[in-house]
Amino acid sequence: MSGMRGLSVFISDIRNCQNKEAEILRVDKELGNIRTCFKNDKVLTPYKKKKYVWKILYIHMLGYDVDFGHTEAVSLISAPKYPEKQVGYIVTSCLLNENHEFLRLAINAVRNDIIGRNETFQCLALTLVGNIGGREFAESLAPDVQKLLISSSCRPLVRKKAALCLLRLFRKNPDVVTADGWADHMAQLLDERDLGVLTSSMSLLVSLVSNDHEGYSSCLPKCVKTLERLARNQDVPQEYTYYGIPSPWLQVKTMRALQYFPTIEDPSTRRSLFEVLQRILMGTDVVKNVNKNNASHAVLFEALSLVMHLNAEKEMMSQCVALLGKFISVREPNIRYLGLENMTRMLMITDAQDIIKKHQPQIITSLKDPDISIRRRALDLLYGMCDASNAKDIVEELLQYLSTAEFAMREELSLKAAILAEKFAPDLSWYVDVILQLIDKAGDFVSDDIWFRVVQFVTNNEDLQPYAASKVREYMENIVIHETMVKVSAYILGEYGHLLARLPGCSPRELFGILHEKLPTVSTPTISLLLSTYAKLLMHAQPPDIELQKQIWTVFKKYESSIDVEIQQRAVEYFELSKKGAALMDVLAEMPKFPERQSSLIKKVEEVEDTADQSAIKLRVQQLPSNALVLADPKPVNGTPPPLKVPSMSGIKVNGTPQSLAIEALPGEISSQQRGLTEEEGVPGEVDGTAIVPVDEQANTVEPIGNIAERFHALCLKDSGVLYEDPYIQIGVKAEWQGHHGRLTLFLGNKNTSPLTSVQAIILPPAHLKLELSLVPDTIPPRAQVQCPLEVMNIRPSRDVAVLDFSYKFNTSMVSAKLRLPAVLNKFLQPLQLTSEEFFPQWRSLSGPPLKLQEVVRGVRPLALPEMENLFNSFRVTICPGLDPNPNNLVASTTFYSENTRAMLCLARIETDPADRTQLRLTVSSGDPTLTFELKEFIKEQLIAIPLGSRALVPAAPVPATPLAQPPSPVVDANDPGALLAGLL
Amino acid sequence: MIHFVLLVSRQGKVRLTKWYSPYAQKERSKVIRELSGVILNRGPKLCNFVEWRGYKVVYKRYASLYFCMCIDQEDNELEVLEIIHHYVEILDRYFGSVCELDLIFNFHKAYYILDELLIAGELQESSKKTVARIISAQDQLVEAAKEEASSISNIIAQATK
Repeated sequence: MSGMRGLSVFISDIRNCQNKEAEILRVDKELGNIRTCFKNDKVLTPYKKKKYVWKILYIHMLGYDVDFGHTEAVSLISAPKYPEKQVGYIVTSCLLNENHEFLRLAINAVRNDIIGRNETFQCLALTLVGNIGGREFAESLAPDVQKLLISSSCRPLVRKKAALCLLRLFRKNPDVVTADGWADHMAQLLDERDLGVLTSSMSLLVSLVSNDHEGYSSCLPKCVKTLERLARNQDVPQEYTYYGIPSPWLQVKTMRALQYFPTIEDPSTRRSLFEVLQRILMGTDVVKNVNKNNASHAVLFEALSLVMHLNAEKEMMSQCVALLGKFISVREPNIRYLGLENMTRMLMITDAQDIIKKHQPQIITSLKDPDISIRRRALDLLYGMCDASNAKDIVEELLQYLSTAEFAMREELSLKAAILAEKFAPDLSWYVDVILQLIDKAGDFVSDDIWFRVVQFVTNNEDLQPYAASKVREYMENIVIHETMVKVSAYILGEYGHLLARLPGCSPRELFGILHEKLPTVSTPTISLLLSTYAKLLMHAQPPDIELQKQIWTVFKKYESSIDVEIQQRAVEYFELSKKGAALMDVLAEMPKFPERQSSLIKKVEEVEDTADQSAIKLRVQQLPSNALVLADPKPVNGTPPPLKVPSMSGIKVNGTPQSLAIEALPGEISSQQRGLTEEEGVPGEVDGTAIVPVDEQANTVEPIGNIAERFHALCLKDSGVLYEDPYIQIGVKAEWQGHHGRLTLFLGNKNTSPLTSVQAIILPPAHLKLELSLVPDTIPPRAQVQCPLEVMNIRPSRDVAVLDFSYKFNTSMVSAKLRLPAVLNKFLQPLQLTSEEFFPQWRSLSGPPLKLQEVVRGVRPLALPEMENLFNSFRVTICPGLDPNPNNLVASTTFYSENTRAMLCLARIETDPADRTQLRLTVSSGDPTLTFELKEFIKEQLIAIPLGSRALVPAAPVPATPLAQPPSPVVDANDPGALLAGLL
Repeated sequence: MIHFVLLVSRQGKVRLTKWYSPYAQKERSKVIRELSGVILNRGPKLCNFVEWRGYKVVYKRYASLYFCMCIDQEDNELEVLEIIHHYVEILDRYFGSVCELDLIFNFHKAYYILDELLIAGELQESSKKTVARIISAQDQLVEAAKEEASSISNIIAQATK
């Protein structure tokens, strides 16, 4: 460090620190010093300033957070002399990143250096911009940088930096370089003799063509020429050969650029390129020198990629596969790694798979390689090359490896094994075997999805049921088993254990005994599941087994007082049910078959793959029909074609299976099912073609699927479901409500393989709601789902509705929709059932308007009383049975929450006329006049028969949510209760 | 592209970091900690590539020092491995058989040289000679400025005598 003694001393001090504490002390002391100097010495000598700035960089490099000194570093950039400037530039570009505020301060000084005449200053400035320039730099500097790059008076030294600087600016903002203005210059740059400039320019070209290959098609022949020149070693200066190889980097870059052109049309260009490629493929030998080897193989692997991309003749392809086959068995680990990696890429080529399969034993050996990087590649390759013909072997290998695999790989390994087993199972019993083994060996990594799926298959395939039951029965013999195994076993034995009844050790009592042993070791959700299983075992015990009944009842009794409500409820209900005999048989009947849907596992994997960014290889993959993922056509089991490539986990739920009340849904679903809280989306998916509602002023070319108004009304009464759907997007909603707060999550799901852009969601809130929508991303990647939470707070009672103004762009068409959000009055109600002692005093205390309002409502949708009761309960106004002595009247109560009213009791009475069901008298009361009015109107809306068609015509405007077909109600300002009441009375 | 360059000693001490993608200070420290954990624990005779957070890290050990470069998954690994070696050779030529100590006390030189080799995470110059020429020209500029400064201070000193 020429002359900078202070810095050397500091570095030595740090090195001499015995421990971290001493180092921290020393660093703190130094920072204190520097801070004081920066503060006190108004005019620091350039030398001192330089020294301190270097020290700050050194401290930063050691990992300490330095929150000052940035100004000093930046200020050195505008120093007049080279030594200061140099330090300023280098330290600034190390300390700051493109998002740093301070960088703005530098932009002018940097620009001055770029457009100035001093070559060395230009270099410094271009380097800084090239390394940390952001969008702002791109917009203000791109033209200057372009000028330098094509200037004939600039030396290569400056121009190669300008090329890479422009590359950075282009990455930050692709609009600064467009093909119309730049393609010719780019082509000219490729004629450059200086290999430094050419190397940098080639990197620039790679980025440009990846964005727009058509615009730069004139560069294609030049790339081929460059490659020829290098590969034949024509006119390449000695200093640009690396271990005897003409610039391997430039060769690689050139071939990379060529991979972005979809094809090469011109026959002579194509011919010359293939000649060069052939030369590279054949002429690369393994040599002793590591660096030469690496460099030549860097070129070779790039050539392989290019050959694959160009879909060369069969002969050349088989040459490639042969080479790769050789590579995966060599000793040199880098080559082995790359061999496996490239073989995986090769899978995308139609004919290659059969040849690759020949290498299966070697690939399986690589799964046991000491290097985890290589094992990962091998796993990926095996996964990719798996099909019906080799699935059994491969999956068994994976299972075997699972026992020894390290933690870091187990999750991926088990997921992949599960997917392959599902996709390519030659028969279902094998599939069940595989998954049970998976659970046994790596239970922690087997997600619920996987075991749900087994249950689904078993339920849907009668032939499989006794087999699965006997299998899990075997696993239950083990003393220590994973909880997931307990779950799947309990479920299957509960449903199908009776099929084994004649086998030794499988009587209901024995099954109970063996399951009950596990109960002390499992968690709460599994206990719930076990209780259901016990109930089913009890039911299946024919003839009834009194001893078993006693044991199970003891268990139920014990859990009757469980602290967990779910367990408690089950214990109580099962106990009562089991006393009912025949009724029990109905209630606990076997689960119906599941509807068939796509596997969510496979979906999950596809999503992951789809959202990754667009690289050359992935683009290519998309262009080719992929054979690797084709589903096998599994052989039928016992003559019946198995529904193998079927349903999704989300299909596992009791929704839509009304035949028998299956007490047992799958765990996790159950509690929510029973409490009716969440139902998960995907339920109201029916497509109704009759009423398509354009709730939108723009002429949408994209039509929504299903009826938007109906979807909205459905969501008013439940908390999850689909709000909107069209061919490109599905918007789902899931809501949770507590008091006057709510949290609505919007699920924006892109249904396509291309991204949705310019996504915008604006909430038009009514005055009584406070709404806060979290950031909605501008782009939704292909097949991805984005979740946007929306916080809702209710300030006062009102029936106004919030509207979501949603738009996005698909390809070139803008699609927009105005959607009412189901954050409606009844969501802020809390069901409440009162006794007559509680109800009547309240009812009497609220006497007459404005707190108690009465209205005779006509045109009511005729409903039988129980139906009406259900309707009220569904919007959380709880019917209190038996309170009114007249059986034709209903009395109901609820609590309303808002910020202004707090929790407020609301009471209602409905007097129906048995002779004319289309009219009734409605009385509503509460402690708040607005609330009374709004609630009364709300109930009225629900009661009045509104044909759905006309409902659908309701514009989704923010303010009046009153349907058109409603009988004229006083049109008054809803926010002014006084005016309202005046109108009413 | 190369997202960052990292030089760490066998003891996990950082000798140089250069970031071509925007990482905040906190992320930088986290990345360094995480990666040194992975790389320093790898045995000998394994391949020079590590898959990490959807990226690949190409690394090579020279004596007590690990040179690491983080690249995209589709980038050419061997090409980057040789960029590392290319850098080492240039350092070696500049310092005359370079050792860790040279890089500790002259870390600024290591930065200057790296800036002549890479910009925007891409290779800028593949000729060792050219890089050497540029660096020595820079050194001369700094020397010249120093001489000028000392001669000026001499003049001032003389004049004020």
